[in-house]
Amino acid sequence: MALKLESISIALGGFDLAADLSVETGRFVALLGPSGSGKTTALNAIAGFVPLSAGTLRWAGARIDDLPPAERPVAMLFQDNNLFPHLDVARNLALALTTRARASAEETRRVEDALARVGLGGMGRRMPGTLSGGQQSRAALARVLLQDKPVVLLDEPFAALGPGQRRDMMALCRDVLGGAGRTVLFVSHDPEDAAQADAICVVTEGQVSRPRPVAEVLDDPSGPLRAYLGK
Amino acid sequence: MARSAGPVAALVVLALIAIPVGAVIRTAGGIAGLGAADWAALRFTVWQALVSAALSVGLAIPVARALARRRFRGRSALITLLGAPFVLPVIVAVMGLLAIFGRAGLVNTVLGGLGLPPVSIYGAHGVILAHVFFNLPLAVRMLLHGWLAIPAERFRVAAQLGQPVGRLLEWPMLRRAVPGAFAVIFLVCTTSFAVALILGGGPQATTLELAIYQAVRFEFDLRGAASLALVQLGVCAVALGALLLVDVPDALGAGLDRTVARWDGAVSRDAAMLAAAALFLALPMGAILLSGVPGLAQMPGSVLLAALRSLAVALLSTGLCMALALAIVTHGRGWSRAVAVVPLSVTALVLGTGLFIVVFPFVRPASVALPVTALMNALFALPFAVRILAAARDDAEAQFGRLADGLALRGWARMRVLILPRIRRPLGFAAGLAAALSMGDLGVITLFASGGQETLPLAMFRLMGAYQTEAASGAALLLVTLSLGLFWLFDRGGRIGAET
Repeated sequence: MALKLESISIALGGFDLAADLSVETGRFVALLGPSGSGKTTALNAIAGFVPLSAGTLRWAGARIDDLPPAERPVAMLFQDNNLFPHLDVARNLALALTTRARASAEETRRVEDALARVGLGGMGRRMPGTLSGGQQSRAALARVLLQDKPVVLLDEPFAALGPGQRRDMMALCRDVLGGAGRTVLFVSHDPEDAAQADAICVVTEGQVSRPRPVAEVLDDPSGPLRAYLGK
Repeated sequence: MARSAGPVAALVVLALIAIPVGAVIRTAGGIAGLGAADWAALRFTVWQALVSAALSVGLAIPVARALARRRFRGRSALITLLGAPFVLPVIVAVMGLLAIFGRAGLVNTVLGGLGLPPVSIYGAHGVILAHVFFNLPLAVRMLLHGWLAIPAERFRVAAQLGQPVGRLLEWPMLRRAVPGAFAVIFLVCTTSFAVALILGGGPQATTLELAIYQAVRFEFDLRGAASLALVQLGVCAVALGALLLVDVPDALGAGLDRTVARWDGAVSRDAAMLAAAALFLALPMGAILLSGVPGLAQMPGSVLLAALRSLAVALLSTGLCMALALAIVTHGRGWSRAVAVVPLSVTALVLGTGLFIVVFPFVRPASVALPVTALMNALFALPFAVRILAAARDDAEAQFGRLADGLALRGWARMRVLILPRIRRPLGFAAGLAAALSMGDLGVITLFASGGQETLPLAMFRLMGAYQTEAASGAALLLVTLSLGLFWLFDRGGRIGAET
């Protein structure tokens, strides 16, 4: 199984982005490039928030670019605002399981399990505003676990954290997402974060490259990436 | 500018309110003398304000939602149209409504063509219709701010989770924003005078403001007017108290020109709501233009003199308002800014009655009609001016205050180098708003003026009362041109060379 971006292009307010690549299931892939290069746009297109102007998006051979966001096999974490501030943490997580106002006993148990997996056991009744930035990121990650989608997109959800916390969160992502065989694409403009990936797609000048080995990209960058990395 | 300028300005404002209110309280001697008609006026005031606020906010919800989630050609024009009632003189808008819903208006022409009986715009439903015309745009702008304040990511999260946006995002926002919008519009409708003056009246549709006017002008019953003013003060206090308990959304701010991408809702339903709202607002305004052009030639010469008086009053009141606002904003402490909101707790007719009682023993009220009107107009524009300028001034201080301190910029130097360049744009906007509000005012002047002191709105009202409809239409066009022209000139002046 693989996520395939088949000759896709996206035109967005004078900005064009093209990609033609495939990511095998279970891979942990970084999208590395300077600000404004189109990393977030690529993720938004995969999640269904930005329409494709050409090309096809497939998961496990089936076309998904004509599906609305909720029906795609994709869960996404954004830079900010991943939690609804007026709902407590448990209710925020339960949204992944039900549209009803109250979760069932089974759903509540699953929410508690997910919170425990990200180190927030017993914090379900807390409001998002009372959590630290790192805890909010963990709660959002727990909801992704509950969504149980095979593809997870991370649009720098840990950007506001300090370097140590960011490393911890990346390790946690690898642990809880990678362990479950999910395909993860994460945006980064920091080579140190990207070094934790299995492979790197370089995003420069409106083009997303195919996944390449980390060492190859970081040790011997080419073209605009070389200038960006200061090598 | 001296450091004492802010407190002094605030004390002037307090005195301008306290003296007439004190005169009202002393003259009234309680509310025991109020008759059945006066209590009916109180009931009607509260009832029409509740219905007007409920209809305005209720109708604004689907319109604001459609505006928040749809991007279309003409969206900016529609948002500008929603801002028009802020600066449109009340009497002009009522004239426009008469052209559509009046006896010989468009609606009755259509009804007649279908063989149906005509509808009358006069009475309670006319007052409510006019209040909805003015306040629907206000409510839409306030709620639209609420919608646009929801971060785009949250809509994406909801879409991704397949969750209903209405319950998850919109209901919590509306629960916060609707009470504030409702309270503001309720207050506006309890203090509205010109609408009731033209469309109301009689035992079924007399507001307290209208009853005060009738007591002064027709019965010369100053004690009765003062008692009614006392009741009106109580209504305002309750409405303002309610306002303090809720979050009041912004209606004056910019930034309404963006949309948030959404994945829900039927395009056709949104389009229908937007088209209906646009027609409801644009038709009366279009009617003013159409009927006004031929009416210009029918205007008597006295209308032009009235226009000159209105211009003078507007410029004087704008100057006064800006001077008070600048002093309070730049040199006032917290209490000074709080005082600037006090004019919202009184009405033009309440203060007018008080001032009438104060000046009557000394001078002929008609001889001070124009200065008193300018003063009152400055006072009633002050809360808006202070709100607009305070945000810009505080922003400038927060960004560059320490730099200015480091350069020892104080007093006038700080004003010239830092504050004025940074607040130039909002200063122009606030001055434009004050000028337009004053130009279109039909409040205190009705109590004080006799022949020879008419402002343009009063001259227009008298033409309408004398059934000189064509001349009144011409005066309406002149009035709206001057009001919008003044607003544009000041607003434009503030933008030229403004710091961004």
